[in-house]
Amino acid sequence: MSAVIEEHHDDHDHKPTGIGRWLFSTNHKDIGTMYLWFSFTMLFIGGTLALVIRAELFQPGLQFIDPEMFNQMTTLHGLIMVFGVIMPAFVGLANWMVPLMIGAPDMALPRMNNWSFWLLPGAFGLLIASLIMSLMGMGSAPNFGWTFYAPLSTTYGPDSTDFFIFSVHMMGISSIMGAINIIATIINMRAPGMTYMKMPIFVWTWFITAYLLIAVMPVLAGVVTMMLTDRNFGTSFFSAAGGGDPVLFQHVFWFFGHPEVYIMILPSFGIISQIVPTFSRKKIFGYSSMVYATSSIAFLSFIVWAHHMFTTGMPVATELFFMYATMLIAVPTGVKVFNWVSTMWQGSLTFETPMLFAIAFIFLFTIGGFTGLMLAIVPADFQYHDTYFVVAHFHYVLVTGALYGIFAAVYFWIPKWTGNMYDESLGKWHFWVSTISVNVLFFPMHFVGLAGMPRRIPDYNMQFAEFNQIASIGAFVFGFAQLILLYNVIKTIRGKSTEKATDQVWEGAEGLEWTLPSPAPFHSFTTPPTVK
Amino acid sequence: MSKMTAENKKIVQNLSFVVLGMFCFGFALVPLYDVFCEYTGLNGKTGVQYVSEEQMQVDTSRKIKVEFLANTNDGMPWEFKALTYSVTVHPGELTKVDFLARNTTNRDIVGRATPSVSPGIAANYFQKTECFCFTEQVLKAGEEKIMPVAFIVDPAIDEDVHEITLSYTFFIQSGSEEAKVLAENRAASINDTIAPSSKNLSTPLTQH
Repeated sequence: MSAVIEEHHDDHDHKPTGIGRWLFSTNHKDIGTMYLWFSFTMLFIGGTLALVIRAELFQPGLQFIDPEMFNQMTTLHGLIMVFGVIMPAFVGLANWMVPLMIGAPDMALPRMNNWSFWLLPGAFGLLIASLIMSLMGMGSAPNFGWTFYAPLSTTYGPDSTDFFIFSVHMMGISSIMGAINIIATIINMRAPGMTYMKMPIFVWTWFITAYLLIAVMPVLAGVVTMMLTDRNFGTSFFSAAGGGDPVLFQHVFWFFGHPEVYIMILPSFGIISQIVPTFSRKKIFGYSSMVYATSSIAFLSFIVWAHHMFTTGMPVATELFFMYATMLIAVPTGVKVFNWVSTMWQGSLTFETPMLFAIAFIFLFTIGGFTGLMLAIVPADFQYHDTYFVVAHFHYVLVTGALYGIFAAVYFWIPKWTGNMYDESLGKWHFWVSTISVNVLFFPMHFVGLAGMPRRIPDYNMQFAEFNQIASIGAFVFGFAQLILLYNVIKTIRGKSTEKATDQVWEGAEGLEWTLPSPAPFHSFTTPPTVK
Repeated sequence: MSKMTAENKKIVQNLSFVVLGMFCFGFALVPLYDVFCEYTGLNGKTGVQYVSEEQMQVDTSRKIKVEFLANTNDGMPWEFKALTYSVTVHPGELTKVDFLARNTTNRDIVGRATPSVSPGIAANYFQKTECFCFTEQVLKAGEEKIMPVAFIVDPAIDEDVHEITLSYTFFIQSGSEEAKVLAENRAASINDTIAPSSKNLSTPLTQH
């Protein structure tokens, strides 16, 4: 009987066919899939640039690329990883999971959803075109670091800076539309009975992230527009020669930039908050404190931006304010780490790949958090500023934080997406190789940073050689370990040699997405479920 | 379903206003930043031309040494120097010093000087009644000009301040003809450095 019903369902899965299914898609699952593949592609492009950097830094002196090309590598690596990998992956996960988790048939604004995805290939096409032109000897690609400080990017920027500006405009519009869509979906399309305080934490963290996006992406659009007019239309926002001020650039940029770093971590917090209870077979500890902690972090993110600028010559009172405000963020973040650990406490734990990545996240993200606290201390920051210590810090929070959250999410939900279990032993290989190599890669950067090695420099003093060699070896192992993930994902999608996933997939899984069949049908929750 | 669409429309409208508002806020930061700097004297920004409302009391019990620095920004071909390196003044006393600028090129150039006062807490008490930095300056080819500055140090200045440094940097006025020439030269030199160096990397390590 049930087989008949399932077949009946399949008949109504009117999937469009051919390329049109993807180009004109308004289906949240298809768009989510496209976001995730886009992000995965960008991960390999951005990763290749990182390996070029690490190859150059394997030895002191100049081996492979000249300093000008090195600057382009660091710039594009940063931009691609931030805007092309982490953010689209999170939007992809939100597209796939938010409607399933709140019992909605689709996103609230499906056509806008399509548009916000299809802006991205255009945006990154422009950005990467500048690199290709540079390789063809047609002038430099953006070479001023991902933070594009004026006057490096205005007075001294290469011609391709205008490509960069329009690329940022487009990805900004894409993010804003994605965020509006997510907010509208969460406000309007929750299943009957799903009150705000019953929403899964992943939905909550994305709800707050979406507000952050709406608040700061327009400021980023503003700052690149000022750059555009400074470069081409004779204004002097950032040029002292016309009465402007280059330090103003840093203020406006970091007013966007600091909330941006929380945009890149809050959804990961949400993912970890889904995974840890599942594999601990317990409810999450302190649900409401999780929600309030996330909101506090979001609020605090707006009043800490100048901690990126301690060395610009701010007065002591301002430095103290930003130092204390920054340190305050450790409190809600600590609440979250405490809650995750308490959720695991006395749970019946199992260590499938998503849980391994989640536990590694908690441990390694906390290391990144601690170095963040060190950097927040004004007198200490004068030593650490612009050294490899900063590089180590933000790679711990972004790679073993944000990216590990995404890896965990992929392993956690891919059985629901494809209907097939991934290869668990390949997953474990991916985890262990990545986790060991990522520490070999980034941990030595703390030491060279404290010893004074500056970031964004292609050559260095002999004294830093050993640690840089260790880091480069770690980088290549970590980079190639991601091919295991790629292989595992393809193998799972093909599903020939993997077992079928059950509807619940994980023994301890709770939530609406696990009540659907695996794979989740093309159209789901056409009649809303009722949440008690 | 139609009710839902209306609700969605409302949310999209409201959020679009927020987006627009934040875009404008980004631009509003520009004047806000200047107001903040002027109000607090941070960044060493000095105010606009000072017009005395009442005669300031000269405080002969205090002496403050004022030093002068003259710089030109990258690409500015003028010679620019302070004719007096330092003066010692009483707060409240009107003092006049001269700077000298010479255009060493055979082109007319429009320049603009930006002042900066250090320490920052002195910036709000350093009042200029006359300054070449208030307007743009034009020097014809080969022309030389004395540029005077007249200032009063406000007697209300913090009593811990014993020395003040006034620094001027002359820039080529952005948007002027010379600024365009400079930008072109800069672009050309960037291209020059990229093209040959990517072909032969001459470092000790690659030569072996």
